[in-house]
Amino acid sequence: MASVALSEAEKVYIVHGVQEDLRVDGRGCEDYRCVEVETDVVSNTSGSARVKLGHTDILVGVKAEMGTPKLEKPNEGYLEFFVDCSANATPEFEGRGGDDLGTEIANTLYRIFNNKSSVDLKSLCISPREHCWILYVDVLLLECGGNLFDAISIAVKAALFNTRIPKVRVLEDEEGSKDIELSDDPYDCIRLSVENVPCIVTLCKIGYRHVVDATLQEEACSLASLLVSVTSKGVVTCMRKVGKGSLDPESIFEMMETGKRVGKVLHASLQSLLHKEESLGPKRQKVGFLG
Amino acid sequence: MAMEMRLPVPRKPVSESLGRETKKHLVVPGDTITTDTGFMRGHGTYMGEEKLIASVAGPVERVNKLICVKALKTRYNGEVGDIVVGRITEVQQKRWKVETNSRLDSVLLLSSMNLPGGELLGQGVLVQVPPSLVKRQKTHFHDLPCGASVILGNNGFIWIYPTPEHKEEDAGGFIANLEPVSLADREVISRLRNCIVSLVTQRMLLYDTSILYCYEASLPHQIKDILKPEVMEEIVMETRQRLLEQEG
Repeated sequence: MASVALSEAEKVYIVHGVQEDLRVDGRGCEDYRCVEVETDVVSNTSGSARVKLGHTDILVGVKAEMGTPKLEKPNEGYLEFFVDCSANATPEFEGRGGDDLGTEIANTLYRIFNNKSSVDLKSLCISPREHCWILYVDVLLLECGGNLFDAISIAVKAALFNTRIPKVRVLEDEEGSKDIELSDDPYDCIRLSVENVPCIVTLCKIGYRHVVDATLQEEACSLASLLVSVTSKGVVTCMRKVGKGSLDPESIFEMMETGKRVGKVLHASLQSLLHKEESLGPKRQKVGFLG
Repeated sequence: MAMEMRLPVPRKPVSESLGRETKKHLVVPGDTITTDTGFMRGHGTYMGEEKLIASVAGPVERVNKLICVKALKTRYNGEVGDIVVGRITEVQQKRWKVETNSRLDSVLLLSSMNLPGGELLGQGVLVQVPPSLVKRQKTHFHDLPCGASVILGNNGFIWIYPTPEHKEEDAGGFIANLEPVSLADREVISRLRNCIVSLVTQRMLLYDTSILYCYEASLPHQIKDILKPEVMEEIVMETRQRLLEQEG
């Protein structure tokens, strides 16, 4: 992750503040910064979303393309993730510097979606063993301001909610060859149900307590973090520890409980915001990048 | 726990809220300023194809025959007598490399460490702002009555720290005071930090009076609420109001 240089005294100040539940910007240990979410920002994708969390800026685009299903799962479509840490985010990502972080985030995304219930993959199947929809999810890191995983997972969920896959019909001739017909009406499409799509909550251990939504400075003071991927019902789909420091089992349990609690509230807010945005209709004022 | 998600709102241009009658002539790099060749070229302009073109983004300033463009966002250009706050990035044999938000890293020689006015800082919070927003004043070290102290570096680095109880004579060497800072002081420091960030987003000049008025305007709100866009606008508006009343 991008790192920031801090003096010992500054680190001590931050750690003591966290102990007393008053972080540098006045938040408590379980408070998030203000999040801005907007969907449908990129016009030539099947679905897109942009999320701004403090100084962190993420853009996600989803493209649906037809392809052949995987051999071991012939009745399902699948998702492919690609994360691009652009050099705009921070100078450390210049050249190939951002590749490591990009693959790490992509692998985490693969892991959290690697279960039967996150996305209904069977609905992506067109004809078994022959055709299915592949959703290419591309994540672009525009600015890095701490807490990347959370912002990325929120953006992925919002983009999947916004994705519209055109309806197709499979026609069969007398000879048996299949023809795929795409519906002409651009509004005739299927949407994915994102109710069970998980979101990641990152908990950074600072001193004896843990914080949610750490800024770059707070991440520099933390030796170990726990990434918990939680669904809207509070079910944990995957957990991962990052950082050089160690965590004792009691801390892990506490952090997991906090992650579940915070995750449920996160999902509820995101769900209500996405529905509110959709209810504004296609004529809503789009802010985009120049707003 | 608090969690707030919202839809983005298009930003309002700052001059609208100020209600300025005269609109400043704003240019971006490449814009033609004037085709009149009688003017002298100042900073931020260059001559090309018989016309004066801007090389930075900002308002055009004209003093008699001199035209220049004042850049909105630049690196810090040092001047003699300025106070700067820097972060030490490298330690070499006889000197320290210091990061001061300028074009090149600054150098601090070990021999100049004990000169008056220079000191190493202990616990506190650093806020980085554009250097053009720090007003030039007689003194940059302010002990605010609310309980914390502020050093406004001309380079845009602002250091907020708890007011030391008593001035000690350092025998020599530096030992940072690592005792926990009290909760009341912390609240003041966090509030000040958020106020400075809101003043910067609304592009207001930073000096002790503006920061203090902004602090007082923010008291009815919770510290973490100050960073919400609507609260930010409200307190900066109030600050602007008070500053205008004070001048007029």
